Amino acid sequence: MMEDLSLHILDIAENSVNAGARNISIVIQEDVHLDRLTIEIGDDGKGMSAEVAQRATDPFYTTRTTRRIGMGLPLLKEAAEMANGKLEIRSVPNSGTTIKATFQLSNIDRKPLGNMAETITALLATEHQVNILYRHSRGGKNVTFDSKHVENQLGDILLNSIEALSLVRTYLEQEESSLAQ
Amino acid sequence: MGKIAIEDLAKIQEAARYKIALRQGAGRVRLNVHMGTCGIAAGARGILTEVMKEIESRNLHDVIVTNSGCAGLCSQEPMMTVEVLGEPAPVKYVLLTSEKVKKIIELHVLKGQAVREYALALGSERTR
Repeated sequence: MMEDLSLHILDIAENSVNAGARNISIVIQEDVHLDRLTIEIGDDGKGMSAEVAQRATDPFYTTRTTRRIGMGLPLLKEAAEMANGKLEIRSVPNSGTTIKATFQLSNIDRKPLGNMAETITALLATEHQVNILYRHSRGGKNVTFDSKHVENQLGDILLNSIEALSLVRTYLEQEESSLAQ
Repeated sequence: MGKIAIEDLAKIQEAARYKIALRQGAGRVRLNVHMGTCGIAAGARGILTEVMKEIESRNLHDVIVTNSGCAGLCSQEPMMTVEVLGEPAPVKYVLLTSEKVKKIIELHVLKGQAVREYALALGSERTR
């Protein structure tokens, strides 16, 4: 069971990595006035044809060969619809995919956001060359994290080294908690 | 630790420079946490964080931590594949908990003794 939205986000962004994406953007917007939470995950991976995109929320469809059921998108769709929201998929073959999930922010069945610091860190703990742009806004405050920028700061230290990942996690935990205040 | 800014990441550069040569080589040990939908739902992200914290607190510089997708054994998640340079085959550990992670790092990663009771099987499959 996906207990919170940050786990769904990790799962969907892993799809992007597996689709060969070099750049993944994750944007979370919490709008109290509109009572809406929006999560948008965009990538420049290989994309899907209209037919595949349409079937992507069917749990009995998957492109994977290790098993025959793909649960990632159907689970996120269910989480969104449970909270009076919806899931939208925009995809262009050879160009990329954007997944947008909306939720009613105050809905009792909306899952909590969870730990985004761990999700971003987990995405960076990979041997794939992948840039992550993360933005989270709430009540006029923002958290922005650009892995490309951090990589430049690090010089010849690898972003996927334990030392760098641990600093990134601590940094994001601190930024996320200042957003919550 | 005080508040860190993104720019502070550069400060670890000098301190960590000597470790880089080691890490840019293949690394002696590769720990691969499976991060498919099934793994994530079963707690793989927490396991990955646990693994990274263990490696950091033990100051191990020859271990690479990475993740991959579903291995097709969803009921056995969370799973981690341990590859040690010079060992005949990688070992897949199943149904992980943080206690198991500690023991695997203590015994397998540090002492080269695979923890048989946590392993799925000793096989010949390679993850790369």
